[in-house]
Amino acid sequence: MDIRPILSTLRRHKTAAALIVFEVALTCAIICNAVFLIENRIARMQRPSGMVENELIRFSISGINEKNGADSLTESDLAVLRSMPGVKAATVTNQVRYGSSSWNTGLELTRGQPVPTANATTYLGDEQFLKTMGLKLVAGRDFNADEVLSYRKIREPGSDYPIASAIVTRSLADALFPGQDPIGKVFYGWGDSPTHVVGVVEHLLRPTEHFGAASADYSVIFPIQVDYNSGIYLIRTDPARRQEVLKSAAEALSKNGPVRILDVDNDTLENMSDKFHQTDRSMVWLLASVCIALLIVTALGIVGLASFWVQQRTKQIGVRRALGATRGQILRYFQTENFLLTSIGIGLGMALAFAINLALMRYYELPRLPGFYLPLGALCLWLLGQLAVYGPARRAAMVPPALATRSA
Amino acid sequence: MTGNSQFGYYVQLALRSFKRNKVLTALMVVAIALGIGAAMTTLTVFYVLSGDPLPGRSEHLFHPRMDPRPMAGYTPGDEPHEDMSRFDAETLLREKRGDRQALMSGGDVAIEPRRDGLPPFRQISRFTSTDFFAMFGVPFQYGGPWPGEDDARRARVAVISSTLNEKLFGGGDSVGKSLWIDKSEFRIVGVIRDWHPQPTFYELSGPGGFGEPEALFLPFSTSRDLRMSSQGNIDCWGDNNVDEEGNRSINAKCAWVQYWVELGTPEKVSAYRQYLQNYVAQQRSAGRFERPTAPKLDDLMQWLDFKRVVPADVRLQTWLAFGFLLVCLLNTVGLLLAKFLRRSSEIGVRRALGATRTAIFAQCLVEAGTVGLAGGLLGLLLAQLGLWAVRQQPVSYAALARLDPTMLLVTFLLAVAASVLAGLLPAWRACQVTPAIQLKSQ
Repeated sequence: MDIRPILSTLRRHKTAAALIVFEVALTCAIICNAVFLIENRIARMQRPSGMVENELIRFSISGINEKNGADSLTESDLAVLRSMPGVKAATVTNQVRYGSSSWNTGLELTRGQPVPTANATTYLGDEQFLKTMGLKLVAGRDFNADEVLSYRKIREPGSDYPIASAIVTRSLADALFPGQDPIGKVFYGWGDSPTHVVGVVEHLLRPTEHFGAASADYSVIFPIQVDYNSGIYLIRTDPARRQEVLKSAAEALSKNGPVRILDVDNDTLENMSDKFHQTDRSMVWLLASVCIALLIVTALGIVGLASFWVQQRTKQIGVRRALGATRGQILRYFQTENFLLTSIGIGLGMALAFAINLALMRYYELPRLPGFYLPLGALCLWLLGQLAVYGPARRAAMVPPALATRSA
Repeated sequence: MTGNSQFGYYVQLALRSFKRNKVLTALMVVAIALGIGAAMTTLTVFYVLSGDPLPGRSEHLFHPRMDPRPMAGYTPGDEPHEDMSRFDAETLLREKRGDRQALMSGGDVAIEPRRDGLPPFRQISRFTSTDFFAMFGVPFQYGGPWPGEDDARRARVAVISSTLNEKLFGGGDSVGKSLWIDKSEFRIVGVIRDWHPQPTFYELSGPGGFGEPEALFLPFSTSRDLRMSSQGNIDCWGDNNVDEEGNRSINAKCAWVQYWVELGTPEKVSAYRQYLQNYVAQQRSAGRFERPTAPKLDDLMQWLDFKRVVPADVRLQTWLAFGFLLVCLLNTVGLLLAKFLRRSSEIGVRRALGATRTAIFAQCLVEAGTVGLAGGLLGLLLAQLGLWAVRQQPVSYAALARLDPTMLLVTFLLAVAASVLAGLLPAWRACQVTPAIQLKSQ
C-alpha cells in the first residue's frame, strides 16, 4: 500500500494528527513507567522474608519500671510460652520484620576502617531464634546455648564481653566476603573484638525498607538475649492455632510476674505483613487503574478523531470506491494512517519514558527501565490504535460508491 | 444584542450542540472530570502535607544542627547530624542565646491510672523543657507550663493533653492532681487544649511525622533522673558502657535529642549563627568534634523541606495525576477540534451572514468552557471520592486528606481554565473557517 497519499492528507490535518501523536506518546511514556513501578512494588511484596510468616506471633509485654530481675523473668516467661499447648518454639529478640523499630550497625573487615564495608540490621537472638523464625540455615551451624550472652550484662558499665560469633544472611555474607566461604571469617560490628561467622541463613529481611532494596536482606544475628522490657517475644505455632495462642499467651504471661502491660501491636506476623504492605498494594492498584484509564481515554480520543476524519472524507471515499477501490483498501487506508500516527507517538513516547525513568531513578532510587519495555509498550499501543480505529474505518469502508454521484 | 444576552445565547447554542452530540460531549466531560478528579485528589493531599504546621510562628523557629560524629564514615559535603548529642543540647539550653529554646526527645512511659477498671497503659510522650509550650504556641485549657526552675530541679511535674485528661480524670480542671508515671508520683501543672501541628515538625523520625501528637509532656531532666525509656532515632558511635545510663548518658557518643530555638529578628538569627559557629569551633579545638562540617540553622519550613516530609509516594502520585490530566486535556483538544470543524459549514454560513471571527471564537470558547465547567463539577465529586479513598488508607496522614475552601476554589479555576485552554486552539481553528469555500462546497 502506498503511504504517500496518507502522508499528504495528514499534512493537511497537522493539528489533529499532532494531537493524536502527543496523546499516544504521553500515554506510552506514563504506562511504561507505571507498569515498571507496579512490577517493582510487586517484587518488593513477594520478596521472601526468610521467616515462616504464617506460623509466627509477635508478642510483647512490658513492665512498669521493673528493671531488677528482668532477665530471670524473661527466662520464666519463655519457659511458660514454650510449655503452652500449640506452641512449637518461642524466642525473645529486639526487633522483627514489619515492626516499627530497627537496629542497624556498620560492619567492618578491619577495625577502624574509614567507611564500613556494609551496613546491616542487627537481630539479637538466642539458640532458639532460628528454629522459632523458621530460618533456613544454608551453611555452618546454629548458636549453641552456651554462647548466648545477656544483653543487660554486656551493657553494664565497664563490662567488656566479646561477641565471638554471629550468623549472617547469604546476601550479607556475599557483600562482606565476595566469592569466599564466609564460615569462620571475621568482621567487626559490635565492640572492639572480632566476631566470627558461624552460620549463614538463606534470607532474613530488615525490619523496614528504610535502607533501600539493595541491602534489604543484610541482616546479622548476634547470640544475645534481651529482656522482656526491651525486647519482644516471637512465638511459633500452628497456623490454625494462632488466635488461640495469642489469647492464651496474654493470659499466661499476665499472671507470670508483676503487673505488666500488653503491647497494643501484638499480632500475627501475617497481619503485620498485611498492614506493612498496604501502601504498596494500594499504590499498585492506583497505578493499574491510571494505566487502564489512560488506555481508555487514548482509545476514545482516537475513535473521536478517526470518526471525524471519516465523516469529513465521506465524499472522497465515495469517489475512490466509484473508481474501483475495494472495501479492504479503504479499511487498510485508515488502519495504515493510524499505524503511522501511533508509531510516531510510540517513538516520542519511548524517549519520554526514558526521561521520566531517569527522573525516577534520581528521586526514587528506582532501577533503570529494562529494554524489553520498548517492544512491549509499542505492541500494546499499536494494538490499542488498531482496535480504536477499526470501528470508524469499517464505517468508512461501508460508504457506497454511489455517494460520489450525489452532490453533498 | 447586549454583551450579556449574547453570552446567554452562546450558552444556549452550546447546550443545543451538546444535545446533538450527546456521546461525544459526555466523553469529553468524563475525560476532563477524571483528569481533574485525579489531579485535585493528589494536589489536596500534597497541599495539606506540605503546609505550614505553625502559621505565623514558623518563620521565627529554628532548628540548629552540628556534627559531633568522628571522622570515620565522613565524606566531604556531609550534612550535619539531624539530632543533637545530649551534651550539646544541654549546653546550648544552659547558655540561652535565643529568645526561647527547648531540648526534647520522644518518650515511652507507663501510666497507672490507680482508678477502678482502668488498667495501666503505655503512653508515647515528650520529654522537653519549659519553653516548648510558649515557643510552639501550645494552648492551655487549665494551668500552664511548668516553671523554668522545675527543669533544673528535675521536678515531678506533668502537662497532659485534654484527651488524656478525659481518659484519666473524666475531664475538668485536673491541675494539682497526682499521676503515677513509671511508678513515680507526678503533679499535673497544665492541661492543653487540642494541639495538632501537622506534620509534627519537631520530631520527624516517627511514623512519617503525621501521627497524633504526644499526650503527655514531662521535663527532660526529670525523665533522665528516672531513667525513663526514650523513643525515636538514636545514632551512636563508639563504646558507651561508661555509666548506668549507657547510650542516653550526658557524655554518651550518641545523637538523639531534638533542639529548637526561637529567634525574633534577622539580626538575632545571624547572631545565633555566629554563636553556633563559635561553639563548633570551640568543641573542635577541645577535640570533642572531629568533622569539619559547618553547623546549620534551618527555619521550620526549610527543615521540613530538607526532611522531605511529603512522602515520596504522594509526590509520585501528584506527578502521575498531572500526566493523566494532560492526556485527558489533549484528548479534549482533539475532540473539540473534531466537533468544531465538523460544523465548518454551519460556521461558514454564519460568517457569510456577517458574524465576526471574534463572535465565532467567543461562541466556541463558551462551548468549551461549558464542557469544562461540567467536567469540573463532576471532577469535584470524583475528587471527594478520591479523598475519601485516601482517608481509608492505613497511612498516618489519612485523616488530613480533606478538601478545604481554598482547594475548592482552585478545583473550579483549574477545571475551567484547563478546558478553556483546551478549547482555545479548536476555537481559533474554527474561526479561521473562510465563508466562501464552505458555501461553495454546499
